[in-house]
Amino acid sequence: MNKSEKTALLQSAGAAEEIEGRSLWRDARIRLFRNKAAVGSMIILGIITLLAIFAPLLSPYAYDQIDWGYIQEGPNWENGHIFGTDGNGRDLFIRVLYGARVSLAVGLLATTVSLIIGVTYGAVAGYFGGKIDSIMMRFVDVLYSLPFMFFVIMLMVVFGRNIFLIFVALGAVEWLTMARIVRGQTLSLRRREFIEAAHATGVSNFKIIFRHIIPNVLGPVIVYMTLTIPQVILTESFLSFLGLGVQEPLTSWGVLISEGAKVIEASTWMLIYPAVFLALTLFCFNFIGDGLRDALDPKDR
Amino acid sequence: MLSYAIRRLLIAIPTLFIVITVAFFMMRIAPGGPFDQERALPPEIEKNIKAAYDLDKPLVEQYAIYIGKLFQGDFGPSIKIRDFSVAELIIAGAPASMQLGLSAIAIALVFGVAFGTYAAIRQNSAVDFVVMGVAMIGIAIPNFVMAPLLSLVFGLYLSILPTAGWGDGELEYKILPIIALALPQIAYIARLTRGSMVEVLHSNYIRTARAKGLRETLVVNRHAIKGALLPVVSYLGPATAAVMTGSVVIESIFGVPGIGTYFIKAALNRDYPLVMGVVIVYAVMIILLNFLVDMIYGLLDPKLKSR
Repeated sequence: MNKSEKTALLQSAGAAEEIEGRSLWRDARIRLFRNKAAVGSMIILGIITLLAIFAPLLSPYAYDQIDWGYIQEGPNWENGHIFGTDGNGRDLFIRVLYGARVSLAVGLLATTVSLIIGVTYGAVAGYFGGKIDSIMMRFVDVLYSLPFMFFVIMLMVVFGRNIFLIFVALGAVEWLTMARIVRGQTLSLRRREFIEAAHATGVSNFKIIFRHIIPNVLGPVIVYMTLTIPQVILTESFLSFLGLGVQEPLTSWGVLISEGAKVIEASTWMLIYPAVFLALTLFCFNFIGDGLRDALDPKDR
Repeated sequence: MLSYAIRRLLIAIPTLFIVITVAFFMMRIAPGGPFDQERALPPEIEKNIKAAYDLDKPLVEQYAIYIGKLFQGDFGPSIKIRDFSVAELIIAGAPASMQLGLSAIAIALVFGVAFGTYAAIRQNSAVDFVVMGVAMIGIAIPNFVMAPLLSLVFGLYLSILPTAGWGDGELEYKILPIIALALPQIAYIARLTRGSMVEVLHSNYIRTARAKGLRETLVVNRHAIKGALLPVVSYLGPATAAVMTGSVVIESIFGVPGIGTYFIKAALNRDYPLVMGVVIVYAVMIILLNFLVDMIYGLLDPKLKSR
């Protein structure tokens, strides 16, 4: 066998190994990228994110700058107010992009908060099982039946409109379902051999939960996370719409929508542009979540 | 089944108690009070007013007084809306809110289940994609965007329905608020139903039913729907909560004189008794509906029946 044949053989062996080694995650990625709706959504979300990040560079106007010549004027390409201006003569385009910053940041951060609480809580409950599990899950049941939004509204009223409070409050509301999902998965995991093996070799409970349990429940967690983000964005907009969200001159989509809704008859654009951005974002996250679910859980299709 | 019902009811009582306690203390530890004004009141007068509402006593004592009165069915007087007790205000506002909320949930159930089932039967057909696409739009457009749009299109452009207001509670005033409340829920329920229906239609007992030679409509209506409705039933609890929260916004957009409108105003004004009253009413509604849902679930799910 000459050298070139050898290398060819080696290469093909390598290739074969690669095919065998195709992991669950890689399979899922391939399935996800075949899903046109999900890919399209990722592209659109990427564009919105980029727009939000580079917002100050994209408009000749600042988000709180008042243009006295154009108070509440419709979209106009010639003066640079491509989405028009609001009742204070501020450029709507830049304000929508700043709203995107707030909405996306709240979505990601609050979801992270809910993720940390929910996954830890669910994993602990599921792993220890028995009494601890039933007490912990009863507690979740009780929280489930509370009118939570009312508490969030009260919280905002009580402690003032603090953007960090919004993250924490929304995260604290959204972790319940996550805890239930993780607990269910953990219950079925904890009797598996590799957990017993870890136990037998003297690994601490803490380490087993974070090293072995949690990485194995990531699939459903990621799916649910993608579906929590739009939920949180929606809730933040809802609070802002009620006048309990971020404060002037900073803005969010909810604030812009509520301003637009007030003057909808005279200045429809003030409602339409922020509403389209909000709806588009929610749309995309939902499509990505659906795509991920199909990709990670092929039996459901 | 009965012991299960009793156990559930026993949990409901402490839950309600937690709601009341948390809401009470949260309102009170807030900076600011109901009598904060631009122009400060003379101290003696402020003291007298506070004494009249028991606000001068220590917090724990106030709490005890409040709970004691609550047991006698007394929600206390409203601080900001003079001469009205909270109970009177709630009795005045509740019918409108309940009508809107319950009709929205009923409509969402009927249409959601119908659309979802239809899409599942014609899985992956054009109909399926259209229904699910529309459902996705229903989820992505929040009701506080939908409401002004509905009012603009049907009230202003087409002028077939009033843009806002309540009149004397005629049907035409209720249509738009109910639609705005129901649309997102229709979308959620349709998606849920489709998902579980697809799963059920592939299960063994449905194959058996088909193998027996039953007609497809019978298979779906008699056998499949029971199993497919389980997730929908358990979603009814969160759906109620969502509709009630939504009604806070929808009521103020359409100017409906319901208790949702009170809540925001009262919270902003620190009208403690009124906020508490509204929260308690909503909590009771949600807990009651969750209880009902659990019971229905127990009846539908054979695995739970034995318990």
